[in-house]
This record gives sequence, structure tokens and C-alpha cells, in this order.
Amino acid sequence: MMQYKGWEGFVPGKWCNDEIDVRDFIQRNYTPYEGDATFLAPATEATKKLWDIVCDLSKKERDAGGVLDADTKIVSTLTSHGAGYLDKDLEKIVGVQTDAPFKRALQPFGGIRMSEGALEMYGYTIDPNVKEIFTKYRKTHNEGVFDAYTPEMRAARSAHILTGLPDAYGRGRIIGDYRRVALYGVDYLIKKKEEDKLAINGDMTPEKVRNREELADQIKALKALKEMAKIYGCDISQPATTAQEAIQALYFGYLGAVKDQNGAAMSIGRNTTFLDVYIERDLKKGLITEEQAQEFIDHFVMKLRIVKFMRTKEYNELFSGDPTWVTEAIGGMGVDGRSLVTKTSFRILHTLDNLGPAPEPNLTVLWSKRLPTAFKRYCAEISIRTSSIQYESDDLMRPEMGDDYAIACCVSCMKVGKDMQFFGARANLAKCLLYAINGGKDELMKDKVTGKPMQVSPEFMPITSNDALDFNEVCAKFDNMMTWLADLYVNTLNLIHYMHDKYSYEALEMALHDTNVRRFFATGIAGLSCTADALSAIKYAKVYPVRNEDGIVVDYRIEGEFPKYGNNDDRADELAVWVLKTFMKKVKSHYTYRDSVPTTSILTITSNVVYGKKTGNTPDGRRGGTPLAPGANPMHGRDSNGALASLESVAKLPYEYSRDGISNTFSITPGSLGKED
Amino acid sequence: MTGHIHSFESFGTVDGPGIRFVVFLQGCPLRCKYCHNPDTWNAGGEEYTAEAVAQRVLRYKNYFGENGGVTVTGGEPLLQIDFVTELFTILKEKGIHTCVDTSGFTFNPDSKISVEKHTKLLEVADLFLLDIKHIDDKKCRDLTGKSNENTLAFARFLSEKGKPMWIRQVLVPDITDDENDLKRVRAFIDELRTVEKVEVLPYHTLGVNKYEKLGLAYPLKDTQAPSKEKVAEARQILKGGNQ
Repeated sequence: MMQYKGWEGFVPGKWCNDEIDVRDFIQRNYTPYEGDATFLAPATEATKKLWDIVCDLSKKERDAGGVLDADTKIVSTLTSHGAGYLDKDLEKIVGVQTDAPFKRALQPFGGIRMSEGALEMYGYTIDPNVKEIFTKYRKTHNEGVFDAYTPEMRAARSAHILTGLPDAYGRGRIIGDYRRVALYGVDYLIKKKEEDKLAINGDMTPEKVRNREELADQIKALKALKEMAKIYGCDISQPATTAQEAIQALYFGYLGAVKDQNGAAMSIGRNTTFLDVYIERDLKKGLITEEQAQEFIDHFVMKLRIVKFMRTKEYNELFSGDPTWVTEAIGGMGVDGRSLVTKTSFRILHTLDNLGPAPEPNLTVLWSKRLPTAFKRYCAEISIRTSSIQYESDDLMRPEMGDDYAIACCVSCMKVGKDMQFFGARANLAKCLLYAINGGKDELMKDKVTGKPMQVSPEFMPITSNDALDFNEVCAKFDNMMTWLADLYVNTLNLIHYMHDKYSYEALEMALHDTNVRRFFATGIAGLSCTADALSAIKYAKVYPVRNEDGIVVDYRIEGEFPKYGNNDDRADELAVWVLKTFMKKVKSHYTYRDSVPTTSILTITSNVVYGKKTGNTPDGRRGGTPLAPGANPMHGRDSNGALASLESVAKLPYEYSRDGISNTFSITPGSLGKED
Repeated sequence: MTGHIHSFESFGTVDGPGIRFVVFLQGCPLRCKYCHNPDTWNAGGEEYTAEAVAQRVLRYKNYFGENGGVTVTGGEPLLQIDFVTELFTILKEKGIHTCVDTSGFTFNPDSKISVEKHTKLLEVADLFLLDIKHIDDKKCRDLTGKSNENTLAFARFLSEKGKPMWIRQVLVPDITDDENDLKRVRAFIDELRTVEKVEVLPYHTLGVNKYEKLGLAYPLKDTQAPSKEKVAEARQILKGGNQ
């Protein structure tokens, strides 16, 4: 006899033996599916009606200039708002961020100015009491960071050699294991956290005090989550007993997270194989039909599509739109060789047919050569029709991450409920190279007092000769400048994350992690291909500096040809590899906050445009202000040997040095993939 | 020996079967009015040894799968037939599928040397994409500046030698889309024994800006791409009854 009604019919194991182990539950209970998509059911009438309501609201939102409604008064917490519905009688999965769909929440813990500014941009005024509370009585993350920033950190930030830092907005990227809410019920999770808290005793070092306080916050958040569910008439204190309850409980977990945090990327994890166990159980018992199973998934996905945050227009410019990065990882292979594809993997992709294509949730297929052929075919069909699936290599990530990891944002992998990360935006290495040449003076910014070029790093020896740049000299200076930048960057992030934990701690998301969590310190690199090409130009062509009246090198005259990254030419590609490895080694040499594991990413998918705006002319011939390439892409138009050569260049970047992910944006017309006949 | 190369494409999917590494050779004796690669006409290009090109190709071997390989095109690749033969000799030793995209104009059935060279090439070339510019000799001269005799002779030569070929016909409105001409092409194909496939390539205008860059007048500036229906009709005719 199982301990809970919700567990009846499941194969027991470690997962139900006074432990929290969702992976063990999945492995013992899931049913791999090798068949095709013919079993899928179309959208129900209720789904169609609800989706019409969403489409209507979306249109109204666009007509209103991007925001339909925004809360100016009630600070968002798990229990701040009453229930909100699209159409209460039709919704199988309920819950929105405020008391009405499309009404954006007020989330000032990251920074009151960001909240106030965002509201103003869309014609709303923040309630004066809220403003007073968050300026006089309650400090925010943003205020904490700026209290502690050093002058050098501020200078690097305003010169944009460090860019997009999460110092005024929520860092996001943390994925709670929302499945735990469904599988264990909240009371069980509270009990476990209370045990963990009791176990921290003895000498009360600052570390232990913090851990005890955080656990107290986590327990409070879990209690609030139960209250939040009650507002919708649901009891999630016990394990879910049906598929509908499981999806609802899981979604409540996620909803709590987005009510609590306006994070840069709020991914949802890896849920379909888990949910499939519940759906299979109900189908076998004859409790539901396939139509109902699909309806639950459709309504769940519909809710994920209408997750919204109040953000400034600059923020949206940086991220090219209003993304929420509700990434859901699908499929992949188990370490035991069984595929993790289930019927629910199909069902969630089928929402792209039932509800039409959409960028969110960011449905991400963990691709393996060994995935069932029918599933691969189905993915390809849906991709061709909707262009709405992201693919990532499970074969590359599984050896390190096992078979229960998920993706934060676009490429950043973590074991669900076991890993978290401190998101750290990126360092602009193209600009760092310019600093190496100019001794740390910015090529664009002037000192406000003296009117002279702004000295951002300490005064390093610049290149003084007007002869063609000497590769070895530039490399030595660049190496030094990267040493400075890595030091500053890591310490800026140490400070930011200290403050985020202090003033905007993600209590609910962390309550859905193991207490002894592994933390990643996620740095990032912008401008890699530009830097590699610039070094290649200096090495293989002649690059003459062009100086302005202040003696600053502001442009470069290039004589001769040089190999470019993106053509599978080792001469250029090795320079990109050198830059990545060198910078990462320097990052790793520093203390990282809470003993986190340093990683880096090369994935500026959209912000490369903004970063490029703040970077002057570069020695590869790129004009100042023009975009850097996205992610690890070659510079635009420089890969002249076709797609495979370009991809091979990117593939030379060692993943072990860029564990937080490497992205390559690649578009291709169907015609260039071959002929139909 | 060295070859004069215009460029490389590592992900060719339209010039032969599978994923192919495509080598564009520099130089062409023809001046087809619809040519979309006028930048490959004249001599020049970058010089590479056959060995160096082979090394480049081999880096993509993993992508070729069961069907893919290398395709040489141009320009007219067989202007540099000795280079192509040497390149293919190296690649065949490595088990790479080799393909030539040619107009066949370099083949002179009356010249012993020409026949010898093409015979030698056939030993290391697996497939030919033979582009019949125009089945009507007069119209061919008008379109390309040269007679089609050599092309047709080369097709027969390939057939006699048992070498697989794909016949390609660029479909240009008012120039190559005449129904009778297309039927003549089909009749010609019926004389051949080794045609594996017939491809109709709809004329497109993607090469126009290259003419502007080269300061050349574009001869077909009033010609539009053929309609889908026309293309389907042409395919129907060219595929004949036996496919």
C-alpha cells in the first residue's frame, strides 16, 4: 500500500522512500513510445474558444502599444492577487499572474526604477505609496548593487565592455523542479525542507545563518504556494491523483515562480515524460480519453504562452522583443539506452497545430541520433510547418548532465532540481581587444570632466607605433587586458549575485531544488568571431592603426587578405579557440560566489546588435556601431565556403570551455536543402 | 598540378545526389545568356593543387553519407580536365563519389587527344551532370555562342562507355521552353542508355546583380522566371514515358 492515494498504481522505488527523486520516479514508471503521430487528437471546442479569447486579447494588446493592462499598486507575490481567468467554465488548467489575463504584474524587488520606468513608458504611473516603500523602507537588488559597485565596475558598465548585467532586473535562469509539486504535494516538500533546516546547526557562521534564513524563506514560499492554489479552489498539499491535477499542480509551481520573479529567462524544465506517466495511468483506468489528455496539454501550453512581464523598451530592445524563454525540454535519450520520448512528447508538439505556431513556450527537442524514427519524422514535419521547434544535441550534453537536465533560456543546461545558475550576461571581447591597443582608454566614450577619452581599465601601455600592428605585441597586450577584464567581470558578478540573493531571493524556485544545490557561475562572451578575425587580420595581413587627435586608435587600414573564422580554416579558427580558452582560464582562476562552478557561454542571440552599437571600428574591418555576430556565428557575410564550413568552424570551439552553451544562428531556405523530386 | 578555382561550397545539395562539396572552377568558353555565374567566365581565380583541394573535400567526408560526395562545376570544369582527373584520382582512392557538372563542350570526338583525356576522366568520375544548353544547333549558337555538336557527342560517348549521367535542361521562357524542342530533347535522351535522371532547372534572376558588379549588360533583362505550370509541363515532357 502506497503512502499516498496519488501514488497508487506507480512502481515504487527510491523516489517514494522518504526521498525526493523525480528522476527515479520517471525511470521506473514511464512508457517509451516508438509509434507515430496518428493517435493525436484535434483541439476541442473549449480549446478553440479559449484560444480565440487569447488571440483577441493579443490583438488588443498590440493595438494598445504592447501592454494591455498593468498593475501599478499591488506588489506581486504568490498570494497578492485574486483568481484570474480566460473563461472559468472552459479552462481545464487555471491560473494567471495577476487577477486578469494580460494584466502585467508589478515586481519591484529587482529594482524600483525599472518598474517605474517600464510603467511610464506605457502610460502608467506607479502608486506613490509603493514607490515610497521601495525607496525609503525596502531596499531593492538594484539599489544594493549600486551601493556596492566600485568606480571601475561602473565605468566598465557604462562603457559597455561589460553588458547586459543583471543588476537592475531579475537574473532568471533558475528552473524550479515544478514536477515535485505534483509528485509529492507541498506538505511533503515542506517537511523535507524543515528537516534540512534542522540539520544546519552548530557554530553559526554567516554561511549557516544565511542557509537557515533561506530555508525559512523557502518554507514560507511553499506555504504561500498552497495558499495561491487555494485562491483557485485547488488543494496541492497532497500528491496529485490524476493527470489533470498533476498538470495543474506543476503549473501552479511555475506560476508561483513567475509571480515571484521577473527573470530574464523563466524556463519550465523537462516535464512531458513525467506528465505522461499520469496521463497513461488515467488512460489505462479509463478516466480520460485522448481528447481530454490533449486538452489538458493544450490548456497548459496556452497558459505558458501568456506569461508576461513588465519591462522597459530598452530591455526589450536588448532582447529583441518581449521574450520570456519558457523553455521546455522534450525527448532525449535515457542513460539506460531507452528513449525518453513518450506520447506526451508528441502531444506538446501537437499544440503547435492545435493552437498554431508560437515562439513561447520555447519547445526544445533534445536531439539524439538514437531517437525513435517516427518521432524524428514528426519533429521534422512540425518544424517545416511551424518553424517553432528548437533543437539541441542531447548526445553532447547527456554524458555530462545525465538524462534529467533541462535548458534555461536557449542553451544553458542544468540538472533539474539539482543545479542552479547565476546568470552573468557577457563580456565584450571585441572591445577588450580595442582596449589592449589603446591601453584601456575607450575608443568611443569621453571622460565627462576632462573631455578626454575615458580611461576604463588601469593605464596599461598602449600600442604607440604607427607601423602595422605586430601580432605578438597585440596578443601579449590582449592577454593582459583579458586578465584585467576577467577579474573585474567575475567580481562584478560576485557582487551582483550577493545582492540578488539578499534582496530578491528566488525562494520558491529554490524550494523546488535540493538544498545542497550545485551552483553554476555563468559568464558569457560577446564578439568572439569579430575578435578572432581581428587577430587574424593582424597576423596574416597588415593592419595600420589610424589615430584621432587624442592619439586614440579609432580606425584601422588593412592591406592584404586574411583568413576569416567561419570557413573551416584552422588559421582563423584556432584564434577563436585561443581567445575562448584564454579568457575562460582567467575566469576560472577567481573566487566565484558561493563556490559556484564557473562556466561560460557564447550565445548573444539578439543583444549582439546592441553590443555592436557600443563598439568602435575593429581591426578586422568591421565598422564601429555595426552589429557583432550573434553567438558563435561568423561575422555576417564572411563565411564564403558554405554552411558546412561555417558550422565546422563553430564546432571547433571546445564545449568543455563553454559549458553554458554555444549558439549558432543558422537560416536556410527549404530549396537549399535539396530538391523535392 | 594546379587548378584555377573560383570558390568552394561545403554544403551543396542541388548538384548531384546527397550532400556534396562543390568546387567551382574558373573559366568558361560559353557565354550563355542566362548564366548566373558570369564571374566564373574569364581566366583567373585562385590556384590550388589537386592535393590541396582533395584535402579540403576530405574534411567533409562525414557529411557525405551514402550518396554524397564531390561535384566539380564552374565555369566549365573540363577546361581544366587534367586537373579534374588528378583530383578525382586522389578522391577515388579515398572512396569519395565524384561528379562533374559540364556542358560537354570540351569534348571533340575527332581529336584523339580529347577522346583520350575524356576516357581517362571517365575512369575516375562516377557521374556526369550534362547540361544540354539547346537541342537545336542554331538556337544553341544564338544562346551560347557555340554549336551543340560536342555536347551531343559527349552524351553519346558517355552512353557508349556505360557512364551514368543526369541530363539537365535550364528552362528559359521563349528560349528553351518550346514544346517541340523539349520533345526533341526527350527523343535524344531516348537514344541514350545511361541517363539516370532528367532535371529541369527553372531559369531564375539571382545572378543579375553579379552582372551589375562586373559592369556587364544583362542579356535577358526582360525575361521572367517560368511559371510553375510551365516547369511542370516541361518536366512531364522531358521525363518521357519510361520514368
